[in-house]
Amino acid sequence: MSMPFYVSPEQLMKDRADFARKGIARGRSVVAVQYADGILFVSENPSQALHKVSEIYDRIAFAAVGRYNEFENLRIAGVRLADMRGYAYDRRDVTGRGLANAYAQTLGTIFSSGGEKPYEVEIFVAEIGDSAADDQLYRLTYDGQVADEHGYAVMGGAADVVASYLSERYTEGTSLPDAVALAVAALGHSDNEKGDKEDRVISIDDLEVAVLDRSRSQARKFSRIRPARLDELLGDRGPVSPSSAAPSSADAPSPADAPSGADAPSGADAPSGGPSEAGPGPGDEPPVAPPA
Amino acid sequence: MSDPRLPAAFLQPGISSFSDFLAEQAPDLLPARRAVPQGHAGDLAPHGTTIVAATYPGGVVMAGDRRATMGNIIAQRDIEKVFPADEFSAVGIAGSAGIAVEMVRLFQTELEHYEKIEGTTLSMDGKANRLAALIRSNLGLAMQGLAVVPLFAGFDLTVDQGRIFSYDVTGGRYEETAFHSVGSGSLFARGALKKLYRADLDRTGCVTAVIQALYDAADDDSATGGPDLTRRIFPVVQVITADGGRRLPDAEVAAIADQVIAGRMTRPDGPAAPLTEGDAR
Repeated sequence: MSMPFYVSPEQLMKDRADFARKGIARGRSVVAVQYADGILFVSENPSQALHKVSEIYDRIAFAAVGRYNEFENLRIAGVRLADMRGYAYDRRDVTGRGLANAYAQTLGTIFSSGGEKPYEVEIFVAEIGDSAADDQLYRLTYDGQVADEHGYAVMGGAADVVASYLSERYTEGTSLPDAVALAVAALGHSDNEKGDKEDRVISIDDLEVAVLDRSRSQARKFSRIRPARLDELLGDRGPVSPSSAAPSSADAPSPADAPSGADAPSGADAPSGGPSEAGPGPGDEPPVAPPA
Repeated sequence: MSDPRLPAAFLQPGISSFSDFLAEQAPDLLPARRAVPQGHAGDLAPHGTTIVAATYPGGVVMAGDRRATMGNIIAQRDIEKVFPADEFSAVGIAGSAGIAVEMVRLFQTELEHYEKIEGTTLSMDGKANRLAALIRSNLGLAMQGLAVVPLFAGFDLTVDQGRIFSYDVTGGRYEETAFHSVGSGSLFARGALKKLYRADLDRTGCVTAVIQALYDAADDDSATGGPDLTRRIFPVVQVITADGGRRLPDAEVAAIADQVIAGRMTRPDGPAAPLTEGDAR
């Protein structure tokens, strides 16, 4: 009964890109901020077990948004690649650039092959060097594009809102407490079309915070910042907003933002998204944000 | 790595053991997978010797001498045979040095790999069993003279005490209480520790006891190196507590070793133990 229709390659790629972007915008944002001693990652993630930010190797970390099962596979592949290379050669021969390249090739091939569904993920690969000038932060999109980021980067959820908040306030070489405070405030910032500028104070239990810290004495520079230490770093922020203290279910609907339109496919700038929905689980609800 | 893409097997979830993954993807990287021609190969490569470990309340100490031998030749006088396995454990190796060092590297990667993939560290017994599996896979080479016998020690956070495991070449795993030693000088070191060890030693006391034991091992075993006074080469000492493990700085080990040597100047056989429990103090 069905007739094969002709679909132009442009349309085909656009459809796949729209599909992937919608999936990514459904999650909540992850922020990466360069500070004096390394790179900080902050994400709103009520789950204590399903991480969005993880260690890959001594100086390399991984952060992702989108579908949990897809980026988890990529993370495991990265750990295997790094450990195998470090074992076969030397620990210093494992580089973030090599890893970013492997991810880019993998994502790009999957995106442009007709047979497979494109991955609905966006990834940061970060590597710290001996000084802040040597730090690398790569952002990889679902179609395998790599962008070299400097200072700060945001992906997932309402990335453009968070990024514009950071662009106004970010300064280079800040201390860790300042960087954490800035990143957490940026995640809680909302700027919807109703003009409602009420910023949320996100509960400490809903934050996943980790650093690549070059001042650590161990070879492995990645460390998670536990809630007790996070509380110390953040200090008094006022009462926690009820919306973020909601039950930590992966499917819990988030406070309604007005959907912003999706922007141009691909490109290094942040894909904008509709309302956020908590994090990592595979819990998928129909997209609220209409494609552009 | 000609294809820049990640191979499909890398993206396959399931295996959290690095050595199992290598066995499937790159078996030639595993030390035990190498075919060695028939015959005895034990004289081809250097051998490492004595490793000592002892527990004290709140921690565990592991120390190794610095000598590697090849027959009657001293192959290396500053070899390191005690390594941190992860934050809370250390492994010391006796036997064929090249294979042993490679096996330690594999074991370190194995523990770190599991931790990164699973998001949690292996239990102390889990680590000890993984090491047993690596040793077991080396049995073929061991029968040709390239045996590796490790000593594994760590601080078990769940029971809040230091634990020591010894192994045989077939991968047999045995938990030891209080102290243990492996390698060619181990008989003498263990004899010394029997007389010197007390359960209530503090950290410095425990380090002194293992250095005394290594001195006794070097005294009677030609393959174990004693403290090298002219070159200032002293044992590698790893101390592990609830706060994690660290290698004692050379200056600290040298200070304790100097005390031990000073005592031996007046009594070369080392401290005298009381004949019966009631004697002395």
